[in-house]
Amino acid sequence: MPEETIAPFHGFGLGLRIPHFQNYLTEAVPVDFIEIISENFMGAGGRPIHVLDEVRDRWPVAMHGVSMSIGSADGIRSDYLARLKALADRIQPLWVSDHLSWSRVGEVNSHDLLPLPFTEEALNTVCANIEHVQDALERPLVLENPSTYLTFADDQMTEWAFLAEMTKRTGCYLLLDVNNIYVSGTNNGFDPYDYLAGVPADRVRQIHLAGHSQGQGRLIDTHDEPVPDPVWDLFARIYPRLGRVATMIERDDNIPPLQDMLDELDVARRIAGDVTAAAA
Amino acid sequence: MTLLDLQRDFLGFLLDEPSDIPVAVGGSSGPGLAVYHNAYGGQLVECLKDSYERLWAWLGDEAFEAAARRHIAAHPPHSWTLADYGVKFSETMADLYPDDPEVAEIAALDWALRRAFDGPDAPAFDRQQLAAVDWDEAVIAFVPTLTLLPVKTNCGAIWNAIAAEEEVPAAELLPEPGWVRVWRVGLQPHFASIETAEMGAIQLASSGMSFARLCDRLSEEIGVETAVDAAGRYLASWVQDQMIADVR
Ligand SMILES: [Fe+2]
Repeated sequence: MPEETIAPFHGFGLGLRIPHFQNYLTEAVPVDFIEIISENFMGAGGRPIHVLDEVRDRWPVAMHGVSMSIGSADGIRSDYLARLKALADRIQPLWVSDHLSWSRVGEVNSHDLLPLPFTEEALNTVCANIEHVQDALERPLVLENPSTYLTFADDQMTEWAFLAEMTKRTGCYLLLDVNNIYVSGTNNGFDPYDYLAGVPADRVRQIHLAGHSQGQGRLIDTHDEPVPDPVWDLFARIYPRLGRVATMIERDDNIPPLQDMLDELDVARRIAGDVTAAAA
Repeated sequence: MTLLDLQRDFLGFLLDEPSDIPVAVGGSSGPGLAVYHNAYGGQLVECLKDSYERLWAWLGDEAFEAAARRHIAAHPPHSWTLADYGVKFSETMADLYPDDPEVAEIAALDWALRRAFDGPDAPAFDRQQLAAVDWDEAVIAFVPTLTLLPVKTNCGAIWNAIAAEEEVPAAELLPEPGWVRVWRVGLQPHFASIETAEMGAIQLASSGMSFARLCDRLSEEIGVETAVDAAGRYLASWVQDQMIADVR
């Protein structure tokens, strides 16, 4: 268990994306925090780090990675962890997150968020890796539920039961991606509302909202569309149970002007305000 | 099947190797496997397009994608970061286009500029301090992003025309082979064509040789008068182009 805990942070934020660099450098953008893709700022120097330092002077920053491969059966690469820790030490983020998935085993790195079987063996592997990472980074880890496109014949538990046990054993926290719950549920045949009921709400520090698209026989987590209504509905259901939480909208493709993203973030603020008032 | 075996098999499936993965996944997971298979190759193609933007424009969509797929089939990613993928793409280009040397050279230039983009920072040398330099002893340190590329073609002119969205010249061989130097000024990557003698001077200076000794060496090779003139021109351009991080 990590000695540190992560204090809740309440607010509404966006991801730092290249088309919006100039807005963040020159405008008073009304966001409470900014999320970065860690790997985009793990080069030695140049423009990315320059922009990040300026952004960090003005906003709290959450680090969100895609390369940790927390489910690798042969452990976590130490060169990656060293670079990640250097970046975290430099910018003092709200927290460091990655995905409950795996990308690499041996020498081959798929650079994709591949699905884990929900087995006792995978749970043991993930928990051992989390403890190693938390020791190396000297901070608790936050893990996000990815979009998945298949299940394994040997699965022994639901994804939400896996998450609950994982947080209990390791003291890690959760980044709940509401769109990914919807996408995975549609693809793999579970009810997203069962997922919300089973997830350990007190461990959630951040929410992702995003859009998806219809592929061949599967919904795909493309992040190229506005947040659709079924995802807003799930957000409205879970939000009152979370207390103070950092909510953000992800957009990675087909990126609109920043003002459009801010308008969409206002929708999140309004829903959050409405459901909180209704629950009070 | 252990988790380790399952993960090896899954990667094998992505790499089109024989694999037991279709058995290990749930009954109706065929479309899901196809999603992962497509995403693996698709992301690497996008990554190469991002790193090799001018090469992509030079070859066009179809030829670039075909070359990218050939490269991906031969080079599964190994690095911790996707940003490193494509490090050997110019070699694949040299193999695929042996009669069109500009193709591999445009690729090498794209890659060097991308590396310079987020390469190490260096403080800019204050040119006011040049007057105070003791040139008998001085050693020049270049910015750490400086890279030298050998060229036989007008790849630089092609690259510039594509970047400026101007009319792109036909590929041609240079009258004699030369070099391109790539480096970053502040936050902006740059490149310039240089003659072989300047490349030699840069390599000598980079090896830690003093500028005075470097001038002696040039004199031995090209005669005193030409050497003095050339060394003066090189130094002036290195200062002007902000290639110098320090003079010690
Ligand atoms: Fe997400």
